[in-house]
Amino acid sequence: MSTGLELRDVTLRFGGLRAVGNLSFAVRPGELVGLIGPNGAGKTTVFNLSTGVYRPTSGDVLFNGISLPGHAPHQITRLGLARTFQNIRLFGSLSVFDNVRAARLHHLQHGIIHALLRGRAFREEETMIRTEVLDLLDIFGLAGRADEPCLCLSYGDQRRLEIVRALATRPKLLLLDEPAAGMNPVEKESLMGLIRLVRDRFDLSILLVEHDMRLVMGVCERIVVLEYGEKIAEGDPAAIRRDPRVIEAYLGTEGEPAHA
Amino acid sequence: MKPTGAHLALFGAVLASLLVSLGASHINDYYLDILLNIGINVILAVSLNLVNGHTGQFSLGHAGFMAVGAYGSAIVTLQLGGPMLRVLGGGGWFAEGLVFLTALTLGGLAAAAAGWLVGLPSLRLRGDYLAIVTLGFNEIIRVVLQNTSPDGAFGGALGLKGIDSSTNFFWVFALAALCVYVVAGIVNSTYGRGFLAVRDDEIAAGSMGINTVRYKVVAFVLGSFFAGLAGGLYAHLRTTISPEGFNFLKSVDVVVMVILGGMGSTLGVVIAAIVLTVLNEFLRDFEQYRMIVFALLLVGMMILRPQGLIPVGKFFGKAKRS
Repeated sequence: MSTGLELRDVTLRFGGLRAVGNLSFAVRPGELVGLIGPNGAGKTTVFNLSTGVYRPTSGDVLFNGISLPGHAPHQITRLGLARTFQNIRLFGSLSVFDNVRAARLHHLQHGIIHALLRGRAFREEETMIRTEVLDLLDIFGLAGRADEPCLCLSYGDQRRLEIVRALATRPKLLLLDEPAAGMNPVEKESLMGLIRLVRDRFDLSILLVEHDMRLVMGVCERIVVLEYGEKIAEGDPAAIRRDPRVIEAYLGTEGEPAHA
Repeated sequence: MKPTGAHLALFGAVLASLLVSLGASHINDYYLDILLNIGINVILAVSLNLVNGHTGQFSLGHAGFMAVGAYGSAIVTLQLGGPMLRVLGGGGWFAEGLVFLTALTLGGLAAAAAGWLVGLPSLRLRGDYLAIVTLGFNEIIRVVLQNTSPDGAFGGALGLKGIDSSTNFFWVFALAALCVYVVAGIVNSTYGRGFLAVRDDEIAAGSMGINTVRYKVVAFVLGSFFAGLAGGLYAHLRTTISPEGFNFLKSVDVVVMVILGGMGSTLGVVIAAIVLTVLNEFLRDFEQYRMIVFALLLVGMMILRPQGLIPVGKFFGKAKRS
């Protein structure tokens, strides 16, 4: 049985357009893997295939040996796979605190009946969740702003809140879709440290889509490169940086400005 | 179990409605009738708010579920009330109360079952489908009831007459308090964040492990249950009900209360239910223009103040931390 996330020969077609073709790669437990490629290469599509938003036309996506296609997104999250979104999708009317709290729902021991009876066990769980959520927010320096409406946060903080929210689902694999987009260099620097910290502290693996090469090369142990929905290279950052196909398709040749 | 503030508030409200009910004979009949209407409208508006406000779906058929509850409970008291009283050993406030409570509960459960049947297929979809389906359901219920035999259990277009006048101040306001307690209690719990998450972003909610379809169905079934309770209270207040009383315009009345009060704001919706019920009394002379005013009010609200008169978090509902 395979562990971690494994894509086996996955193809996804939208009518005549092939978004992903015969793609195979794996993310093993504890690994930090980067997924890069030009715009439209199919990176976010891989996320959507892995989280149940799309169903592959052919091939299989496995997570810890369980075949994911056919599962609803919330079921896949319960298997231990959580994601952030490229275009931020926070719960706009909720506070910072409640955004994270909402991601704890499927671990609730006490449901709707207990919410009505409000017995001791229910209240204890509510207190426990509060502590847990605040601890999580604290790691990301957001605990002080827990009661603020989430949309009052800066763009970078909203991105970090999305990561906190995904972590609250207690994932074994975290999918980060361009977490550094819109961040300034200082924020990016701290994000790099944070990604490593999250991986070590929460004992999970991370699949990272990102355009910022400094961040990807700095933080990932292995990189998968996509172009037109196909894998053109896979390897450690040093090998990827030297790979002629990657340079041609994405990184650009010497003298040309790198993709930001 | 140690009672919490919420428990005490519910208990206090029920006790208060019992005390007022005991002295209700001192209240002018006309004012008492308005008060009871207010209570019933509070139940309707707060329960619809769970669906339209907190969960962000759009139901246009609340009167349909009210009709199911009204007819269901009226049939129970009309057909089974006598035998049940005999079994319980004649009259008395306790036996009569028990029969009425049974009738209300069965009416509410019938409405909840109807809500489940309507909601389960339509809530799997996103967007405006629920509005269309519930609007259709409302009309179907009305037309079906109208076309039953006048001699049958449903009474056809003439409806049902001679229903026991069991509804009093206690029942209306105890159940209104229960409705507010249930909706506010659920929504403010961690479990209840799911309704708001579904409303804000259904895709993100799914990705956070929230079973979005289940949340929508729970909200809809619970909302239908309370609409059924309100229907039962209404039937036993008016003592006659007819299909026309549960038409589309009745549903719109409730939607207006929710939008005016502020979608997702329980306090706002309660106040809107009170204000609009009282306003209706003052505008009796202009009744034919009422729907024009409501329509203009809705358009005006959507443009000028889409968050409602009393938005969420204005007074209550702020995230509290210990």
